[in-house]
Amino acid sequence: MAAVSTTTRPAAATPPDAPPPRGRRRRRAGDRWLPYGLLAPALLVLGAVLGYPLVHLVLVSLQHYKLRELLRGGGTYVGLDNYRAVLGDPFFWTVVLRTVVFTAVAVAGTVVLSTAIALLMTRMHRVPRIVLQSVLVMVWAMPALVAIAVWQWLFDFDFGVVNWGLTRLGFSSFTRHNWFADPMQGFAVILGLVVWAAIPFVAITLYAGFTQVPRELQEAARVDGANGWRVFRHVTFPVVRPLYVIVTSLSIIWDFGVYQQVYVMLNGRPSKDYYLVGIYSFVESFGVNDYGKGSAIAVVMILLLLAACVVYIRQMIRLGDVR
Amino acid sequence: MTRRSWVADLAGLAVAAVLVFPVYWMVLTAFKPGVDVLTYTPRFLPSAATLDNFRSALARPQFWSSVGNSVVITLSTVAISLLVAFAAALAVARLRFTGRAAFIVMIMFVQMIPLTAMVIPLYLLLNSVGQTDQLTGVVATYLAFVLPFTVWTLRGFVANVPVDLEEAAMVDGCTRLQAFRRVVFPLVAPGLVATSVYAFIQAWNEYVLAYVMLSSPEKQTVTVWLAAFTTQKGTEWGPLMAASCLTALPVVVFFLILQGRIATGLTAGAVKG
Repeated sequence: MAAVSTTTRPAAATPPDAPPPRGRRRRRAGDRWLPYGLLAPALLVLGAVLGYPLVHLVLVSLQHYKLRELLRGGGTYVGLDNYRAVLGDPFFWTVVLRTVVFTAVAVAGTVVLSTAIALLMTRMHRVPRIVLQSVLVMVWAMPALVAIAVWQWLFDFDFGVVNWGLTRLGFSSFTRHNWFADPMQGFAVILGLVVWAAIPFVAITLYAGFTQVPRELQEAARVDGANGWRVFRHVTFPVVRPLYVIVTSLSIIWDFGVYQQVYVMLNGRPSKDYYLVGIYSFVESFGVNDYGKGSAIAVVMILLLLAACVVYIRQMIRLGDVR
Repeated sequence: MTRRSWVADLAGLAVAAVLVFPVYWMVLTAFKPGVDVLTYTPRFLPSAATLDNFRSALARPQFWSSVGNSVVITLSTVAISLLVAFAAALAVARLRFTGRAAFIVMIMFVQMIPLTAMVIPLYLLLNSVGQTDQLTGVVATYLAFVLPFTVWTLRGFVANVPVDLEEAAMVDGCTRLQAFRRVVFPLVAPGLVATSVYAFIQAWNEYVLAYVMLSSPEKQTVTVWLAAFTTQKGTEWGPLMAASCLTALPVVVFFLILQGRIATGLTAGAVKG
């Protein structure tokens, strides 16, 4: 990981984001349009494939839009009817609450365990650390669908190795135990999968951050009598705080949108007890063909995420030197 | 100096063992003969290895065509996103212009939109321009979801290349383009590696959009092919695990080759001195 140290070189004379100094070189007329030319392709793609659909999403959420309208190519505006139907439905709020709790547990689990692993890595010798790191990279690289299939197999009720292990440990009730009969247990397995799959990215990122905390600072704190926790809390953490904001927000975004882990894990037929917001929106749209209502759910979902990630945006704007 | 200790080594290796177990179990199952897979007392070390599971997985319809589709989609997404994102990153990191702040805020905002929420309008959009069931439509949607991250990360790299260096090259007679090619580009290369890994894994692993957009069997991607495995009654675990190995292999190899550079790229834009 020698390369990591190069990333945070304090900028020498020029702050990294400063514009090239003017006047040293003749400005040509083309320079004025250069930035827009460079941005054009990105703007085109984002506008066409995200911006326009986003507007479309909001418009469809205001329409009566079912299969007939899909075939005809346009719905009829019904104002806020879809939102009234969605927000007035107690089941929707059950799903939202479930999604929020799921996200909170998954994000907390991911960040805490990843921090522990990253701190552990700073204390390991080189060879064992490379072993752990390779394992993390391997887990990280597992396609989500593959991970789901493997976890299904681990928790298979007939021949799953987990049931076998628990039975061997003396929990005789786990012979032929169906983990998905009870949603609480089912979600525990799904949480395990989500956290397992999310740990590598967060742990490796945090480790890279930890290695960049000036050693002298930690030393000094220790000499002054701080214990391990206090060193972390008052020295290490403040330095890597931006990283924490980023990984936490990204985890919130990913875990809030969890969809395929549940959908595929339950073989494409999740019962209502397993609905998360993303699944609910999808089922309303493609299962029941009520695209209007499905869109309204999606809009509410985006707004909830925005509210949850205000801190993140502010942090990134500070880093991006936007002002 | 952080004290390195054997206790930490042992704990770390224990963690590694727990984390790697599902992967180990997948590979082990893939090579087990059928009788060893469906047994109430699983074996943790192979007694006899067989390739039967791989043969049966490969014999299923549409394997090679879905691999081909995934390769086309993934490579297109990586290549196009690198070019487009690099251009945008250059503009944002190097140049001052009206709308720069607005662009950065937009990138931040766009990154927060969950893909799950966009399935419907993307489907309707591609449907209206006749791009459902087309690989190009899928590539376009993947690009949109990959770009915010790649632009942002590359911006960090470009910003870290001292402007003086570029200026010096130009004083020495390089044109702007030459200065870019000979000075900026080599220094930004690790960032390009990191972002291409990101784009690669996003495109290769994506399932929901591919599942919704690509309806005909010969257009499907390898993740959709894999998911079709699990929905059938009475899953055949041996072949499924073999298929899983085959699906994961390209990404794992790609990642392990580049592992040192990945973290570098991901943190470059985040922690600054």
